[in-house]
Amino acid sequence: MAPRAVQIIAGAVLAAFVIAPLAAVWAKAGPAVRFGPAEWAALRFTLLQAALSAALSVVLAIPLARALARSRFWRRDVTIMLLGAPFILPVIVAVLGLIAIFGQNGLLNDGLRALGFEPLSIYGLQGVLLAHVFFNLPLATRMILLGWMSLPSERIRLGQSLGLGAMARFYVIEWPMIRRILPSAFAVIFVICLSSFAVALTLGGGPKATTIELAIYQAFRFEFDFATAALLGLVQLVLSVSAAVVALWLAGHDRLGVGLDRPAPAALRPLSERCIDAGVIFSAMLFLILPLALLFLKGAAGLTDLGAPVWFAALRSLAIALGATLLCLCFALPLATRWGELIATLGIALSPLVLGTGLFLIVRPYVNPFDVALGVTLCVNALMSLPFALRILRPEVQAVEQNFSRLSAALDLGAWGWFRWVMLPRLRRPLGFAAGLTAALSMGDLGVIALFGDAERATLPLKLYQLMGSYRMDQAAAAAVLLLGLSLGLFWLFDRVGRYGAQD
Amino acid sequence: MKNFTFAAGLLTASAALADTPVLTVYAPDYFASEWGPGPSIEAAFEASCDCDLQFKTGDVLGRIILEGARTDADAVIGLNTDITKKARETGLFAPHGQDVVKLTLPLDWTDEVFLPFNYSHTAFIYNTESLPNAPQSFDELIAADDRLSLVIQDPRSSISGLALVLWVKSVYGDRAESVWEQLAPKILTVTKGWSESYGLFTDGESDMVLSYTTSPAYHIVAEGDLTKKAAIFPEGHYFMVELAAKIAGTDNPELADAFLAFILTDTFQNLIPTGNWLLPAALPVSDWPEAFQELPLPEKVLFYSEEEAAYLRAETIEEWRRALSK
Repeated sequence: MAPRAVQIIAGAVLAAFVIAPLAAVWAKAGPAVRFGPAEWAALRFTLLQAALSAALSVVLAIPLARALARSRFWRRDVTIMLLGAPFILPVIVAVLGLIAIFGQNGLLNDGLRALGFEPLSIYGLQGVLLAHVFFNLPLATRMILLGWMSLPSERIRLGQSLGLGAMARFYVIEWPMIRRILPSAFAVIFVICLSSFAVALTLGGGPKATTIELAIYQAFRFEFDFATAALLGLVQLVLSVSAAVVALWLAGHDRLGVGLDRPAPAALRPLSERCIDAGVIFSAMLFLILPLALLFLKGAAGLTDLGAPVWFAALRSLAIALGATLLCLCFALPLATRWGELIATLGIALSPLVLGTGLFLIVRPYVNPFDVALGVTLCVNALMSLPFALRILRPEVQAVEQNFSRLSAALDLGAWGWFRWVMLPRLRRPLGFAAGLTAALSMGDLGVIALFGDAERATLPLKLYQLMGSYRMDQAAAAAVLLLGLSLGLFWLFDRVGRYGAQD
Repeated sequence: MKNFTFAAGLLTASAALADTPVLTVYAPDYFASEWGPGPSIEAAFEASCDCDLQFKTGDVLGRIILEGARTDADAVIGLNTDITKKARETGLFAPHGQDVVKLTLPLDWTDEVFLPFNYSHTAFIYNTESLPNAPQSFDELIAADDRLSLVIQDPRSSISGLALVLWVKSVYGDRAESVWEQLAPKILTVTKGWSESYGLFTDGESDMVLSYTTSPAYHIVAEGDLTKKAAIFPEGHYFMVELAAKIAGTDNPELADAFLAFILTDTFQNLIPTGNWLLPAALPVSDWPEAFQELPLPEKVLFYSEEEAAYLRAETIEEWRRALSK
């Protein structure tokens, strides 16, 4: 465990980085606040879709993570990585990929029409949920999969020698682990979906699918009504923090014994279970990878037509991603506690618009915001990746503490020895995953750079939007392929380093 | 710290003074990106002004309001008429001082603060191959089979979406809400901004998309694609214009004036059609590129003054929201 002072400082810096911008916008606001029937409707829809999206994502993630944890097949590691891809894509790109499958003229409806059925419509609450599950199932799956991997093999062997059946094994061995992870996975996805806007609107099919984030956007960009924007931002923040508190309260402890860090044996499963596992994995691949494959086919040919500015923007994005990863991990390690996880939720709880505008107001008296745009983007990217990094790291850190702290104290290891010999080797895999996720997320984030960027400092996602905004849809598709490739590349690299030497 | 930054600012400022003067113009992202008209306008202006023109991108008016009188901007470009009332009320803008006789807009322009530099009209774009019998009037569009699919933009988050609800209001007045109810089943979806809608349309997801009368020109000029057309309605089309203005407290009033004057020159105006894919605000039709001269354009142009639009805005958006939420 990091020294207490470091924890407190890290937590305070983090909280200030979120609260100060909100306060700055609030201070700028006039007295008039609007919260009418339209805002209440938006609040209801926001809560409904976020709760359903989070519930569906975690429920579907359990069988998928279980199947992945128990199966051994060719290119399993690549499959697991690709299954994570939707989470790190810019939303506008992912939506076009989903529509290529589920849209009016998508593959699914073409198939249905060929078979003589009525086509299905993606637009509506079902579309919003479909998209949110598409984005967040990968995250939930990876979080639960890590839990499965951390089950001590001794426990599984003991279960086998006791002749536990499938139900008993699930209840005695797997459920305590799931209970430890599930509330936190649910909360983080709930918080992500709270600030959904473009996806919810496009796939929701119209103003019925209005979220709070849209109202914030409207207040900022059209009405310059900072009071309403700040109030709505505060509502989002309170909802997010409440969800995180409830999740912490619900998350149980795993009180079974510790193991010797040996890899779990491949489960001996009857043929029927193996078929089910294979079916689950195959369906997930169809759902998660096919839309990306279509995007890739559409854009790959145009890669050579992308001009130098796009490639420079890609380099800039890479640099930001690496910097954000380093910063994020520096904060994640001392904050890997229950309280740290709660504070870190702030990073995705505040609307990016409020955060960006607030930071603009704060830095403005001292420096030209344009000059620090890239640095601010880096910090914001680290901030918004932190909740995910912590949710990956915290359960492992706590498990290590619970299982080894007494032994280490008895051996008088000291803080550094503890970190170097006990913590770090066991954190390799989650650290690699957390770093990969942070880098990939930062790569694809449009974020605050859109609020105070300029042409010479554009990032790759901003270039992608610029291309779309000037009719160049083909080049935008190519830029999307570049972005997807770089994000996945970074993710793969860090994840690989984390798993190097560790057995699957 | 503050003193230090101030001193550093003074140093860099005096270094800059020794060099060429800098004209800072706030512009929307699409305008200043390398695929917009910004870079070529910058080069053309710098050739004549002996200065450094810098476009700073982002939410133009939002930033000016946040910065107030301390803004770094000398001028702005790319404002729309739906925010000019708010912009005017800030008192941060100065009269443009240009002779508007040269304007070639389809309506009279008497605003002394905001100077138009290009314009277009809202229109539904379709593909002549997949939709050979497109509606030829707004009435036909409303009466069309519900299988006809439209993608539009949200009036609460998009300028073109707002223009659409004002368009419907100006054509149908008190009947606007029932018109929206009739259109509702045909509206496949509503997007946050123009790019998402247009991306859906070019991917073949919808039959028609809300865009501008000038959109087909991009496909003709840049892609040699003649299949994209704007449906021209005899009821009229809503006028959309983009504006520039001078900041009242600028440290470079002469340069800012020179920039506003430059906007009305043929040099600037000739860069607009194939740079911003809109119609130049001060250039006779005979000087437009051929593809633009041949574009079908509406005879009747509808437009609300900023006072009328401000008055109608909340009401029209609410009518739209109610009708589409059923």
